[in-house]
Amino acid sequence: MTTVTSTTRPATTGSATGTTAGRLLALGRAETTLLLRNRTALFTALALPVFLVGGIRSLLKQQTPHATTTDLNSTLTIGVLGLVLLFVVYYNLTAAYVARRGELVLKRLRTGEARDLEILGGTAVPSVALALLQCAVLGGAGAALLDLPVPVNPLLMLAGLALCLVLLIALAALSSAFTRTVESAGITTLPVLLISQFGSGLLFPLSGMPHGLAEVCRVLPATPAFQLLRIGWFGTDGTSPATGFAGSWAEAAPQLGLATLWAGAAVWAARRWFRWEPRR
Amino acid sequence: MDANDTSHREPPAIEAVGLHRRYGPAGAAGFDAVRGLDLTVRRGELLALLGTNGAGKTSTLELIEGLAAPTAGRVRVLGLDPHRERAALRPRIGIMLQEGGFPGDLTVAETGRTWTGLTTGARPVDEALDLVGLLDRRKVRVKQLSGGERRRLDLAMALLGRPEVLFLDEPSTGLDPEARAAVWRLVRELRAQGTTVLLTTHYLEEAEELADRLAIMHRGRVAAAGTVAEVIAGRPARISFELPERHGRYETLALPPLPGAEVTADGRRITVQTHQLQSTLTGLLGWAAHQEVALGGLDARSASLEEAFLAIAASADTATVHPAAPALIGTAR
Repeated sequence: MTTVTSTTRPATTGSATGTTAGRLLALGRAETTLLLRNRTALFTALALPVFLVGGIRSLLKQQTPHATTTDLNSTLTIGVLGLVLLFVVYYNLTAAYVARRGELVLKRLRTGEARDLEILGGTAVPSVALALLQCAVLGGAGAALLDLPVPVNPLLMLAGLALCLVLLIALAALSSAFTRTVESAGITTLPVLLISQFGSGLLFPLSGMPHGLAEVCRVLPATPAFQLLRIGWFGTDGTSPATGFAGSWAEAAPQLGLATLWAGAAVWAARRWFRWEPRR
Repeated sequence: MDANDTSHREPPAIEAVGLHRRYGPAGAAGFDAVRGLDLTVRRGELLALLGTNGAGKTSTLELIEGLAAPTAGRVRVLGLDPHRERAALRPRIGIMLQEGGFPGDLTVAETGRTWTGLTTGARPVDEALDLVGLLDRRKVRVKQLSGGERRRLDLAMALLGRPEVLFLDEPSTGLDPEARAAVWRLVRELRAQGTTVLLTTHYLEEAEELADRLAIMHRGRVAAAGTVAEVIAGRPARISFELPERHGRYETLALPPLPGAEVTADGRRITVQTHQLQSTLTGLLGWAAHQEVALGGLDARSASLEEAFLAIAASADTATVHPAAPALIGTAR
C-alpha cells in the first residue's frame, strides 16, 4: 500500500464524468461486459427471437388463410419486432435487475452519484441496444425479402418504439420486484410474456379474433405500442384501409394516448414497488 | 489544525437529531431499528459507532448516507439532507457498505473503470487500487477475490472521489491482521488530511486506535458518547479473586469494609467494583495479609472501553446501568 498523496482535487479526469450521459455510458459498458460473459442470457437474447421467427409465419398463415400477402407480411413483421422487444428487453432485463439486486450492486450504485433512473437505465443499455440492433436487422431483412412498403410515418414508429421501450423497461423493473432469484425470473415473467404474445397481436392478429376478444386485447398493456409500430409502418392496424402520413396520425391517436397511459402506469408501478436490495 | 481552524464556526459534518427508523407496518408487526438517535460529527473528526449486533448501526448509517428516509427526525450531512439532496451531496462523500455490491464477473480494473465513470473528479483507478494494495489484482474477477480483498476493493471505490466525508461500515471485518493494520494506517492518513470519517466496527481496539470520539449504540439509541476517556469516566474499576475454602465453607468469610465499593459473588468468585481502585485494593490486600487469606486468581483493572461496552450491552432499555447484586456477602460495615 502507498500513502495518500493529496487531498486537493486535480482537474477532472475522464471526459464524460459528471453527466447523465457519462454515467449511462459507464453503467452500460459494465453491463454489456456482464451480458457478454453470461452465456445463458446471451443465448436467450440472441438465439431465441431467431427461432421464434421461423415458427410465426406458418402459424399466421394457418390462422388467416384469406388474408392478403401485405396483411400477412405486416403482421409477421410487427410480430417479429414485438417478440424481439419482449424477450431481449423485458425478459432479459428482468433477470438482470434481479441479479444485480441480489449481488447488492443496485444498493452500492445508489451510494454513488448515479440517480435512480440512471441506474435502471444504465442497466438496460445493452438489452435495449441489442434489441434495437436486432429490430433493425430483422426489419431490414424483412423489408428486403418480403418486399415491404416504405414506412408511412416513421415518426409514429419512433414514438411507438420509445413508448414500447419505456413500458417494457418499467415492466421489467416491476417484475423484478416480485422475483427472488434469476432462475425464478422464467416464471415471474410468464404472465406478461404470454399475454403480450397471444393478446397483443404478435402471434394472433387482432383482426382475426372474435369482436369482443379483439376489443379486450386492444387495451392490453403492450397492444397500443405494438399497434403504433404497425400503423407507422403500414398506415393501418389491419382493421381498415391503409392511410398516408397525415391520415396515420388520426388512425393512431387512440393508440398513442393508450400507450402513453400504459407506459405512465408501468413507470408509476415500478417506482412504487421496485426494490433496491433483497428482502432481509 | 492550523491557526485558520474554523471548525468551531462551521456547521458539523454530520448532524442527526431524533432519528427514527421503522421497518414494516405500524403496531407489533413492525420493528423500530432506530429510536430517537442524536449524533454529531465535527469536520475533520473520526467518530466510531459501536454497538452489539442489532443495535441499529447499519440502519442508522443508511439514514445518514441518504439510502433511506428516516421515519422521523432530521439528518444533515455537510448541511444537506442526504435523502432529498442526494445528488448534491454524493460528489462530496464516499461510502463503503458492510458487504458486496460489485458484480462478480467484472474484474477489479473493470469495476474501477465503471466507478470512475460514476465519480466526479475521480482519482486514477490504479492510484485508488494502490492505496489499498490491490494493484496486482487488477485483472482478477471480483468473484475470485478473497473476502478481505473485496473489502479493500470496496474501500478503494469509496476513496475514488477524494471524499470530504467518508462512511465506513465495518471496514476491517474479514481482514487479516496485516491488512487491518494497513487499513488503519490509511484511515489515519485520510483523517490527518482532514477527511471526516464515520465508521462502524465490532472491534473495540479499532475504535480506540482510530477514533477521536466514539458513540456506543444500544437498542436504536446512542447510550454513551465522547472520547474514550469520557465514555470510561464514571465506570468503576474492577477487582476479582477467588476465596479459599475453609472447613468446606467459604461463604462465612467476611470481607473487610471497603467504602464505596460494590461486592458481588458468584460462588467463590468475588467481584469488587470501585471508583477508588487504589484505596479499595489497599484495604483488600491489607485484610488478606492480616487474615492470611490467599486470594486466588487476583485481578485488578481500571475501567476499560470493553467494560463500558459490555455494561451498556447488558443493560435493559433504561440508560443507567444497575449492577446486579446477587448473594451479597461480606460488605461488613
